[in-house]
Amino acid sequence: MKIILKIQRYNPESDPAPYFQEYSVEANPNERLLDALMQVKRFQDGSLAFRKSCAHGVCGSDAMRINGKDGLACKTLVKDVVKQDGDTVTVEPLRYLPVQRDLIVDQKDFFEKYRAVQPFLINDEPVAEKERPQSQEERMAFDDATNCILCASCYSACPVMAENPAFIGPAAIAQAFRFLADTRDRGFESRLPVLDHPDGVWPCQNHFKCTQACPRSILVTKRINQTKKMIEKHRAEGKA
Amino acid sequence: MYHHYDAIIVGSGGAGLYAALEASQRAKTAVLSKLYPIRSHTGAAQGGISAALGNVEEDKPEWHAFDTIKGGDYLVDQQAAKILAEEAIQAVYDLENRGLPFNRTPAGRIDQRRFGGHTRNFGEGPVRRACYAADRTGHMILQTLYQQCIKNKVAFFDEFQVVDLILDGTTCKGLVAVELATGELHIFAAKAVLFATGGFGRIFKITSNAYANTGDGPAVCARRGIPLEDMEFYQFHPTGIMGLGILISEAVRGEGGILRNRDGERFMARYTPTLLDLAPRDIVARSIMTEVRAGKGIRGDRKIDDYVYLDATGLGKATLMSKLPDITSFCKTYLGIDPADSPIPVLPTAHYAMGGIPTDVHGRVVLDDKGTLVNGLYAAGECACVSVHGANRLGTNSLLDLVVFGRRAGRHIGDYVKQADPPQVPTSAADPARAWIGRLTDGQTGPHGGHIMEEMQTGMMEKVGIYRNAKEMQAAIDQVQALRRRYQSVRVQDRSKPFNTDLLELIELRNLLDLALITAVSALNRQESRGAHSREDFPGRDDTQWLKHTLAYLEGDKVRLDYKAVDTSIWPPKPRTY
Repeated sequence: MKIILKIQRYNPESDPAPYFQEYSVEANPNERLLDALMQVKRFQDGSLAFRKSCAHGVCGSDAMRINGKDGLACKTLVKDVVKQDGDTVTVEPLRYLPVQRDLIVDQKDFFEKYRAVQPFLINDEPVAEKERPQSQEERMAFDDATNCILCASCYSACPVMAENPAFIGPAAIAQAFRFLADTRDRGFESRLPVLDHPDGVWPCQNHFKCTQACPRSILVTKRINQTKKMIEKHRAEGKA
Repeated sequence: MYHHYDAIIVGSGGAGLYAALEASQRAKTAVLSKLYPIRSHTGAAQGGISAALGNVEEDKPEWHAFDTIKGGDYLVDQQAAKILAEEAIQAVYDLENRGLPFNRTPAGRIDQRRFGGHTRNFGEGPVRRACYAADRTGHMILQTLYQQCIKNKVAFFDEFQVVDLILDGTTCKGLVAVELATGELHIFAAKAVLFATGGFGRIFKITSNAYANTGDGPAVCARRGIPLEDMEFYQFHPTGIMGLGILISEAVRGEGGILRNRDGERFMARYTPTLLDLAPRDIVARSIMTEVRAGKGIRGDRKIDDYVYLDATGLGKATLMSKLPDITSFCKTYLGIDPADSPIPVLPTAHYAMGGIPTDVHGRVVLDDKGTLVNGLYAAGECACVSVHGANRLGTNSLLDLVVFGRRAGRHIGDYVKQADPPQVPTSAADPARAWIGRLTDGQTGPHGGHIMEEMQTGMMEKVGIYRNAKEMQAAIDQVQALRRRYQSVRVQDRSKPFNTDLLELIELRNLLDLALITAVSALNRQESRGAHSREDFPGRDDTQWLKHTLAYLEGDKVRLDYKAVDTSIWPPKPRTY
């Protein structure tokens, strides 16, 4: 079928402001939107800039806004976003991160916020045996949070970011939860200053947009609420 | 720009990050990566990482080493395989200790499952050796190593594309890279350079590999006179999603999935009666193509793109959700089916390069059959050839290779830079790269790269695929040579500096064209069938003539071939049956 890709373009060298450009592409309904973008790049306009790599939803490179929804171009099929021949798909860069070129955004802030939660196992105790035993049940408690590919779809989908750009954002909290809920981790206190902070977990208002956007099916909002509860419990225990 | 480092690691997948973690403890180290680090294709590896932990049943490193050697059709260097199998155990524990969330046994230990070609007691039957984190083991390894890099404050240059290697005789002095954000060329003067750039599956049309898998390290090395080893051995994974090539992990068969032809027959029982569906990948891929050619594919039209079914309906929803959740999700997203209810249409997909930059067991690059080293130059992971995979890699051994040899190379670099002199690199070292990029961006009009890429990928898939013969391989060589000539006149359509991904793709295209040529020439010259290299005109393995590694030197438009001996010091080669 023929589809129209309406893509936001911006080149800092030559464009005063972003604008939209349309491309007509012959696409199979079962193809990925990324395949359609590659058609444009390879055979129509080599200047179109976007990131991509694995092409099956595991590397997180090609997150973008597709018809106003945040997600991966390689996990979105053409038939998911157009109904019939001649339909238009609007493709824009992620929000709340500076656009560097076309669909490419500067991920610096996003990764700095991720690094701020100390996203690594904190445990200085010597390992008694060769491995640190953990039951499968304990391991499953943080399972979905380990799926995060840091694509920033949730960050762009979050309405709170519009009001509070300093908000640490859903991905960073989900990544923190991944360690807080790991029985092997001892880093709760050292992560607390970043999480229990006016720009930490508390700005989240349960819009659930992050959960809806997550291409890895992480229950992000739930993990944020669990993190809030852990902090509240810690505070209560401190007072007792 | 000009930078000075002790060590530069090129690539931020499993091998690069592990090497960086080790090297950065003792040397001023930076990682240069064309992608953001957690975007690397290590993250796409699914099924597991093997180690003879013996957590669920008896296992031994010797069995693992033997399986690796036999799986590689005896082209494996045996002492290297012994190191791989022995160091696997500590490597897996190290990953666990650093937070990797492995699936667990009821006793709370790292769980293990079956994988193709991994056996107990030298081939008696399948063994549970693959340690796994659902079907996201590579993702977890990549995440864990990147987390450790953050913890240890490793320096990164994100979105830098390597374009040249700076050598002075047989000593490495650094490299040249282009920064995607600005288009600027950077010289990195370094005592040591490690290439960990991954694979180059994008020479083929149907592949499980990422767009980024363009063999940048091997191609840059080849153009600087370094040979590439055993490039004819390219693995086609038996089970890629029909048409797309997206990997469906061998773990599906490890958990009980069965391959079936159009009659519903479990055809692997005819080819490998002992290991059945868990035979090594080269054998399973060939068996599928043999079925297709016999009209036993699902369509039955004997065409190269006919397919078979991978039947996972017997596993049950619970197993699929706890052990194979990503596979289930891929099937739902891309095929619109639930593997609990419907068989998965699969076809072999270009997956893994056994060959690459020749190294010793410390990751040091070796220049010839006499073992001459290039001082300060290292390679690890898929872009390297140690050789632990020989003519056919076993599933789960690639993640293991990254961790074991990435770590070894990083440690060796830490020692090496202590006694190496700081390199003096003139700014003119960037001139060849500047001339190349200058030509691509000189404002003239020329053909775009898209069609050249597509023709190369189709040609290699059809003519240097699973089954090969002299006539077709020669045709592929002629075609790639013609495409390389066409490349001489290609130009970018994007004339700007910032984030010029058009330029990046033309750089990658040259790398792929060079590697396609080397692969096809190496394949044509090897007149036998061994592991993944399967010739219709030479169907048997020939140890008298061909028990040797290929060394291919790119010399302008020609490829010169040399050979070196295989280490068979532990187990003498035997016929390979399963």
